[in-house]
Amino acid sequence: MTATLLKEASPPPVTLADRRRRARRRGRAVALAFVLPALLLLGALVVYPVLFSVGRSFFDASGTRFVGGDNYTEMFRDPATIKAVRNTAIWVVVAPTLLTGLGLVLAVLVEKVRWATAFKLLLFMPMAVSFLAAGIIFRLAYDEDPDKGVLNAAVVSVHDAFTGTSAYPTARARDGQGLTKGADGSYRTTASASPGDTVALGLVGVLPEDLPRGARPAYAAARRQAAPGELRGAVYLDFTRGGGGEQGRADRKESGLPEMTVEAVRDGHAVASTTTAADGSFRFQHLGPGPYTVRLPASNFAPPYEGVSWLGPALVTPAVIGAYLWIWTGFAMVLIGAGLAALPRDALEAARMDGANEWQIFRRITVPLLAPVLTVVFVTLVINVMKVFDLVYIIAPGPVQEDATVLATQMWLVSFGGGNNQGLGSALGVLLLLLVVPAMIFNVRRFLGSRR
Amino acid sequence: MMRRRTTLLASCTAAALALGATACGGSPVSAGGDGKALDGQTITVAGVWSGSEQKNFQKVLDAFTEKTGAKTQFVSTGDNVSTVIGSKIEGGKAPEVVMVPQVGVLQQFAKQGWLKPLSKTAGAAVDANYASVWKDYGSVDGTLYGLYFKAAHKSTVWYSPDALDQAGVKPPATYDAMLKAGHTVSESGLAAFSVAGQDGWTLTDWFENVYLSQAGPEKYDALAAHRIKWTDPTVVEALTTLGKLFEDKQLVAGGRKEALSTDFPGSVEKVFGPKPEAGMVYEGDFVAGVAKDQFGRKIGEDANFFPFPAVTGGKAPVVSGGDAAVVLKDGKNQKAAMRFLEYLTTPEASAVWAGAGGFLSPNKKLDLASYGDDVTRETAKSLVAAGDSVRFDMSDQAPAAFGGTKGAGEWKILQDFLRDPSDPKGTAARLESAAAKAYKG
Repeated sequence: MTATLLKEASPPPVTLADRRRRARRRGRAVALAFVLPALLLLGALVVYPVLFSVGRSFFDASGTRFVGGDNYTEMFRDPATIKAVRNTAIWVVVAPTLLTGLGLVLAVLVEKVRWATAFKLLLFMPMAVSFLAAGIIFRLAYDEDPDKGVLNAAVVSVHDAFTGTSAYPTARARDGQGLTKGADGSYRTTASASPGDTVALGLVGVLPEDLPRGARPAYAAARRQAAPGELRGAVYLDFTRGGGGEQGRADRKESGLPEMTVEAVRDGHAVASTTTAADGSFRFQHLGPGPYTVRLPASNFAPPYEGVSWLGPALVTPAVIGAYLWIWTGFAMVLIGAGLAALPRDALEAARMDGANEWQIFRRITVPLLAPVLTVVFVTLVINVMKVFDLVYIIAPGPVQEDATVLATQMWLVSFGGGNNQGLGSALGVLLLLLVVPAMIFNVRRFLGSRR
Repeated sequence: MMRRRTTLLASCTAAALALGATACGGSPVSAGGDGKALDGQTITVAGVWSGSEQKNFQKVLDAFTEKTGAKTQFVSTGDNVSTVIGSKIEGGKAPEVVMVPQVGVLQQFAKQGWLKPLSKTAGAAVDANYASVWKDYGSVDGTLYGLYFKAAHKSTVWYSPDALDQAGVKPPATYDAMLKAGHTVSESGLAAFSVAGQDGWTLTDWFENVYLSQAGPEKYDALAAHRIKWTDPTVVEALTTLGKLFEDKQLVAGGRKEALSTDFPGSVEKVFGPKPEAGMVYEGDFVAGVAKDQFGRKIGEDANFFPFPAVTGGKAPVVSGGDAAVVLKDGKNQKAAMRFLEYLTTPEASAVWAGAGGFLSPNKKLDLASYGDDVTRETAKSLVAAGDSVRFDMSDQAPAAFGGTKGAGEWKILQDFLRDPSDPKGTAARLESAAAKAYKG
């Protein structure tokens, strides 16, 4: 190149300085020619849209009327935006921190296992799943119904293994038919009973299929005369299949409710307790004289444990972040692992020679030496998290969409997903851009710094 | 979600191919002898249908081809009709006919000046064959643009006959009787209603039925157009009435919290699935399709419906919706397109799809015998019999930001109401502030 330039610049009157200037100008032209296509693309695909959005954000929904900063004030008056900013902040703080930490721990541990490659491959695999598909998978995993959501299935089965279930979670008494509901969910007789009395306690709300096997009609049991000194009765299902039964009376076809705990209560204390037989009958013998109330304690009716409401308003953001971790952990691990492989072995060796234990090596040597890589991973993830959209949109069910919303989903909702106000949407886009810019600048600086 | 996206993509490709074919197609052949006046012309019809609906509509298109000789092509637009059609018009490849699924979209198209008014023949047929309410919903500023070919009946409460028999109750005729029957069902051990609270649109449908019956059609129209405010006492009253059902733990399957995490297919499953948890589920005629296809119920035997009962003092509501055929000004074969709409007004065209199933026609000349099963026949009869008291789904008439967005507007506020129905007044106030914002924009 220099040779040709020199040859071309051979005419004598040209001074050396002149020649140099011309060469530099030509060099610049060549450089420009090389950069131009990239600049054009960048201009058309990045700069122009950014400027357009900024401009658009000063116009109203139809794009014809200039409204100045109205969109921006409107944006911050909307509680949904505030919530989105808050959620985005949670995302930005929590997700990259957890990911970098997890990635670091896994990378260090993976180095020490036998099947490192297989393990890495396994952890990296979720990266190959699209966010959309991952979202659908996690939506199912988080489902509140233990029959559908695997997480709640696990939680519920663990819980039930420890506490057990009640026999009649759906049963209840009709109002004003002899039973009063207590504050704790138990039922007691409204009128008191004395030894020698027979009481019939009618409940409803139990499906015939849900009755314990061997339950028999309570007709006879509810009418049997009590022996002296004995308080007896029956707990029965006060509902005749197909209708027609008389309310408040044990009809012929109405079944007893077996295995129900019954207590005799005097002055607020349970003095005797028993369980009902197959026909729902029970009896208390050897009771002292006096008035008692008969109580069906709440343990009979305890509702089944429903598990954790993963996608409820409180937990939805952590739940979505969990799905995000699942996808990105592999990425963080592989990047950090690469950094780890490039660490100078001699420093580690030296430390080991000096008698440092593994934790000290990790804490004092590995982490400080890895700091540049960790920062890159962290900042890349911050930028990535800012634009998270698909996971939030897919995993959060309709009623909690607003509780899970982040800036990107809010921007989409406002501009296309029903709001159709692209002015306001652009304003949100500009806000998002402003928030990403510091992270970008930081990253670019780092790149430049590392090149120098 | 995913499926919708793929269909959209596929249909766009199909559209491109189709339009390419049209563009490359040979010159129109002049009219032949035996009435096949449109030989060689091609019309493209766009609509939201896919799957079996598309297949059945294709039968109607084929019948038209047979009759006139015009070639037809169906393009599925996916859910967002207005965006797809808008971009096609801008790109100069407008389809001739669009089946518009919402009144709001029809009005939007008309205001953009995209639509051609119906021909005199078609207009006369609409006057003769349809209750005038359908003409009104097809008109914008007094000009008739749309012909309602397919309708939905959204005032049907579906029940499992087994569950009602077991509880010994009969399908109720009033709202209060329905609540009472619900209590009896609940005493039998099965919850009364399964409510799909995770989908906001089912809640708007609940509200609309109660409101239409309680406040009457005039108020309904006024509220739909936002001529009266949502803070109107009638709204508060309707919310209170609806709240009576929502707040009753015994009436809602699994309680309100579970209702909020139940989506529409889930709510049908709770009544017609393998493990029933409730006796009744309210939604439109399409419940039958889900019960039949997904859960193998035999409609009429294992699943039946009763009309949404009248709320105290009112008439039984008939809330409806439908797909209207419109002709785009930018389509190439205007004459053939208009001829197609004229064909759609005939009972003959409706009979083709009615026989195939999954279809209701608002055309009162259509012989009810054309429907394939008794339950559909009953719904169709109730729809046609309601005549001019039919009202369109209110949330479909509202701007999408208010009546059609997941997690926002009316959907979200009614979901909050389901979570805590104790303050109808506050709910009405919040509905009003959301509506005011959306109708202004």
